[in-house]
Amino acid sequence: MNKKVLMKGNEAFSEAAIRGGCRYYFGYPITPQNEIPEYMSHQLPKVGGHFIQAESELAAVYMAYGAGAAGGRVFITSSSPGIALMQEGFSFLCSAEVPTVCLTVSRCGPGIGGIQPGQADYLQATRGGGNGDYKIPVFAPENLQEGVDLVYEAMELSDELRNPIFIFADGLLGQMMEPVLLPESREVICPSNIRTQKPWALTGYGADDSQRNRVLSLRMYPEELEQHVEKLFKKYDKAEKELVRYEAIGVEDADVVIAAFGSVARIAKEAIEILAAQNIKAGLIRPISLWPYPYEAFDMITDKTKVVISAEMSMGQMMQDVKLGVRDRFPVRLINRTGGMIPTSIEIAERTKKILEETGGQ
Amino acid sequence: MKQPVFELTKGMLPVETIYCPGCTHGISHRLIMEVLDEMGLLGSTIGCGSIGCSVLAHRQMNIDMLESPHGRAPAVASGIKRVHPDKLVFTYQGDGDLASIGIAEIIHAAARGEKITAFFVNNAIYGMTGGQMAPTTLIGQKATTCVTGRTVEQAGAPMRISELLSSLDGAVYIERVALNSPANVNKAKKAVRRAFEVQEQGLGFSMVEFISTCPTHWGVSPVQALDHLKEKMLPYYPLGVYKSPEGGEQ
Repeated sequence: MNKKVLMKGNEAFSEAAIRGGCRYYFGYPITPQNEIPEYMSHQLPKVGGHFIQAESELAAVYMAYGAGAAGGRVFITSSSPGIALMQEGFSFLCSAEVPTVCLTVSRCGPGIGGIQPGQADYLQATRGGGNGDYKIPVFAPENLQEGVDLVYEAMELSDELRNPIFIFADGLLGQMMEPVLLPESREVICPSNIRTQKPWALTGYGADDSQRNRVLSLRMYPEELEQHVEKLFKKYDKAEKELVRYEAIGVEDADVVIAAFGSVARIAKEAIEILAAQNIKAGLIRPISLWPYPYEAFDMITDKTKVVISAEMSMGQMMQDVKLGVRDRFPVRLINRTGGMIPTSIEIAERTKKILEETGGQ
Repeated sequence: MKQPVFELTKGMLPVETIYCPGCTHGISHRLIMEVLDEMGLLGSTIGCGSIGCSVLAHRQMNIDMLESPHGRAPAVASGIKRVHPDKLVFTYQGDGDLASIGIAEIIHAAARGEKITAFFVNNAIYGMTGGQMAPTTLIGQKATTCVTGRTVEQAGAPMRISELLSSLDGAVYIERVALNSPANVNKAKKAVRRAFEVQEQGLGFSMVEFISTCPTHWGVSPVQALDHLKEKMLPYYPLGVYKSPEGGEQ
């Protein structure tokens, strides 16, 4: 019988990956995600899996490329500066259509920045920091249970799409403890059966060289590369329709609607209660998929609403998407902290009230 | 009926290469594929190409293969080997790829004792990008980023990779061979076989360094390139076994 267990975020995400079928993990130490490589190093061998402490994040993402191309189910993790180093690899993984699940436990920047939580890698995650035309679905949990479920699901989704899947958890989620219900362990493909499940994978072709496989990224002829990119975008178009996820609370009759993801959404939920006690109706749109972004959620906002607020731990990176969703129907304002500062629910409530006054709401 | 005296090996597909006349990539490709065919392991091998003139080697090499980004082939191969420990996994890398941008990956793959084989093509220049200085470019050698010849003051001395990697315990078999004469090509083939055997036996990391030519960017004819290799390259890059499971190397 499955029972809830109290776990630290980083360890819960690791366990979810293993239960989701991950048998290959490659990582490099960086705060605040260090418990993940630590956990994987002692837990993966117990289930016949493999752990390598890579020499850098760059090496880690390419170990993932190799293991993924060979048909293995792969999990890699890092935090902001390390994710920046992996960007070339994400472009490569997309180009060569190699599945991998990557989780960031994001901290604040720019540069070395700091080790406190941040969301200022939003644009890097959703727009891509690597070269060329590619897309990666990005999911952002607001609590550990959702993080566990998303990592578990991403393991399967990545194989289906033959594309990396990115989980965006901020440092708060990585470091906090919560009770979680862990999913059942999935059956893992035996390496000798990989070719039947993933006919494209590199396994050695055996006796028949007509079955030779190649995993490639270079296309020498522009016509060929254009066709390849268009093929990738058919896949992304489908993903864009099917993978949109969000939570919406009290949007239809709200005086003000707050858009927030991850930890900030959770804090905003408390701010909404504070505002309700003062007879201010605030709604929430919480994007769970950051790409594809739930633009349609903003269509639910009615004329009763005076202003839409993007609340984030960055200088307003998500606000660009909020504006695209709002399409000039309402003024859009920012409530933010950055540099590792975490907004409190009281702060969000008070700044929301002030914005509402300024925009003629109350 | 006349018997053919020389044939394409089953390991090489009859596909045109992009190599210049006098380039030795064709020889090193063939040696690797011929050995795999003789060992009966073409169907049990996964190759990691790299960036450089040999980026399209997967067109000729008749095995499962992928392209690795610049310098990362040893990391890619490490990942593949974890999934398929029973298969042969090798990288095929040039000097810009392995000795410059990928120096961290090759050192750490060797240090971990990865059971993979690296084939290192050292022709002392960047070929595909048009003849720039490599970490292995000789002192005095001209390149497009050192037009009057490399100097120690400006760029340091050329790196000897076989010697460097030999100092690591995880590197079990390392040999430097040259592709300039029939005798040396025969020795090179033996080295390729030995490297694969070391991997098959699970002993650790193996590497064969091929001292190779680049007539185009050396600015010489194919024949002169072979002389240049012998007279200029070999004194700085001495041939021989640098590390072997038996010990007793030079």
